[in-house]
Amino acid sequence: MDIILTSLGAGLLQAFEPLNIFMIFAGCLAGLFVGCMPGLGSVNGVAILLPITFLVPPTAAIIFLAALYYGAMYGGAISSITLGIPGASTAVATVFDGRPMAQQGKADKALMAAAVASFIGGTVSVILFTLFAPPLAAFALKFGPQEEFALMVLAFATFIGLGGDDIPKTIFSILLGLVLAAVGFDIISGQPRLIFFDMVEFQRGIGFLVLAIGIYGIGEMLWTLESTNGQIAMHKVKVTWARIKANFGDIKHYINSTWLGSFLGFFVGTLPAAGATPASLMSYGLSKTFSKDPDSYGKGNIAGVAAPEAANNAASTGSMLPMITLGIPGSPTTAILLGGMVIWGLRPGPLLFTESPDFVWGLIGSMYVANFVTVLLNIAMIPLFIRVLAMPFSILTPIIFVLCVLGVYATTDRMFDTWIMLLIGIAGYLLRKLNYPVAPAVLAIVLGPLAERSMRQSLIGSQGDVMTFFERPISLTCLILAFGLMSYPLVLKYMRNRKAGANA
Amino acid sequence: MTVRTAELLMGIATLLVSLGLMLNVHLDGLTIGWVEGRGPGAGMWPFWLSLGMALAALATIVRWFMGATPESRSTDPYISQETMFIVGVSVVALFAFLLLMTIIGTYLALVLFMFFYVRIIGRHGWAMTSALVIGTPVFVYLLFEVALTKYLPKGWPIFEEGFLVIDNLRYEWFY
Repeated sequence: MDIILTSLGAGLLQAFEPLNIFMIFAGCLAGLFVGCMPGLGSVNGVAILLPITFLVPPTAAIIFLAALYYGAMYGGAISSITLGIPGASTAVATVFDGRPMAQQGKADKALMAAAVASFIGGTVSVILFTLFAPPLAAFALKFGPQEEFALMVLAFATFIGLGGDDIPKTIFSILLGLVLAAVGFDIISGQPRLIFFDMVEFQRGIGFLVLAIGIYGIGEMLWTLESTNGQIAMHKVKVTWARIKANFGDIKHYINSTWLGSFLGFFVGTLPAAGATPASLMSYGLSKTFSKDPDSYGKGNIAGVAAPEAANNAASTGSMLPMITLGIPGSPTTAILLGGMVIWGLRPGPLLFTESPDFVWGLIGSMYVANFVTVLLNIAMIPLFIRVLAMPFSILTPIIFVLCVLGVYATTDRMFDTWIMLLIGIAGYLLRKLNYPVAPAVLAIVLGPLAERSMRQSLIGSQGDVMTFFERPISLTCLILAFGLMSYPLVLKYMRNRKAGANA
Repeated sequence: MTVRTAELLMGIATLLVSLGLMLNVHLDGLTIGWVEGRGPGAGMWPFWLSLGMALAALATIVRWFMGATPESRSTDPYISQETMFIVGVSVVALFAFLLLMTIIGTYLALVLFMFFYVRIIGRHGWAMTSALVIGTPVFVYLLFEVALTKYLPKGWPIFEEGFLVIDNLRYEWFY
């Protein structure tokens, strides 16, 4: 415990270094901005801005991106409430009660509740993170390649079991990402693999950032252009300091839902594939179930705004737990952060805590600070962000496109990659229109090389005996859990059918 | 094209892609099984996973015939006329942007791209248009070339030489 406190203290000091504190402010602002723009969420912001962070050292870079992640969770609520369209998928549940409140002229109350709940959710989860991360990382030091591989199988299984998307399509998406990760020279035998059309450019492989920016930058913008058609209508919001102060009194009406959302969000967030969106929906559902007045939900109950907002912030921190301790990302956003860590020259995984303590604790310290900064910026700048929302898409779209193209070029110095990015963006858009989930592909291209290496290491070590994955207790447990998760949708379907049969 | 048709076509396309990947591994002569004394072959991972992709694609096609997915029952247009316009225009503009980057260089391409989007598509006033048309290349230059020290594509030599004047000025004045 003492070690944790000392390290945390050092991390906090690090967070207050001028560059880092500037990064926190910049990240929170950028996050609030991408979060509140409809169609753009944390994952898009992190993907598009990652190349720019090569300007600064890794610790400052991850602090910026983590603050952005965080800020986006706050920002999502702004458009959910004032526009009635979620600023990001993580804020979908906030629309349910946020929109009715705005229609009743109580948008400022809803915005305030969202900010306060986000703050509590964020604080609870960062404390849980500080307590859980070091022991988990220490435990994970025992992992060999077998356990690593089993954990990754488990991560993909959660997408199949809990992702809620069409199962064959999810499997296709995962496998596509894993195969694309193998393009280029094989790390073990040195042979070139999957060099399409004999183009030498493929020998360097397809960078994860090319795929991530293609899907979350280009593809997402095309998707947003389609769904909004550039037209949005806004509710009037009256915000004055007097009203903001008065709104603090409402806190007693939603404090219970906020606690619930905070804890639930953290634990759901740690599961890969689950992440902030399901966490906020579950939190909304549970808060409604436990409420004394469930009928008022969906008609403008302030607790219905607080519950999902606390959960999505808590989940964003939660999803960093497996990323930092195990090297397995808990959400698409953390998958991109993990890929970024590899580019920065860090080795994600349990050793990160011992090899780069400054990086890890600087990040943790910054999360505490970012939480304060975001809530202050958020409340102070609500009027400004409402004006930002009125910004037409014909201005934002070309800027984002330019950032995507130049960002990819800046990471690899090749025009070839920008073409691949455009193709992937279009393909991602077309696939997404048919309900193919794209997040698993991004996660898979990040984890692909790690998963292949650990699988082959295990098999070389065991002389090709597949049983090596089942003979080690931790690995076996993960695989059993993975199997359970993969069969969960089938079991669910069978039970539903039986129930339907019994009722008929 | 309806969503229903699109789903079938996409199922077939994904199946072909998967088979193509398997063929690619095979034609490269990579070992898909165990190499005696060496461990798993280089082709093992991509080959068997591509097979999995093919099976998943096949499952989607089978489910299409059974009408199991909502998409396979939907007769809505896959891409509506309005969407076709806005998305099509964006894709063509991006395509042109990338092409122009290699011919006339990043900065001139940026000017044209921003002008097209802001003035012609967005129909914004001249003040907004000129701010973005001039501001974006300046910002990009400062961010990528000065701060990140990245040499962005300057196009064919004739355009590149023209642009070097700016770089020369920068080095004369600031270094």
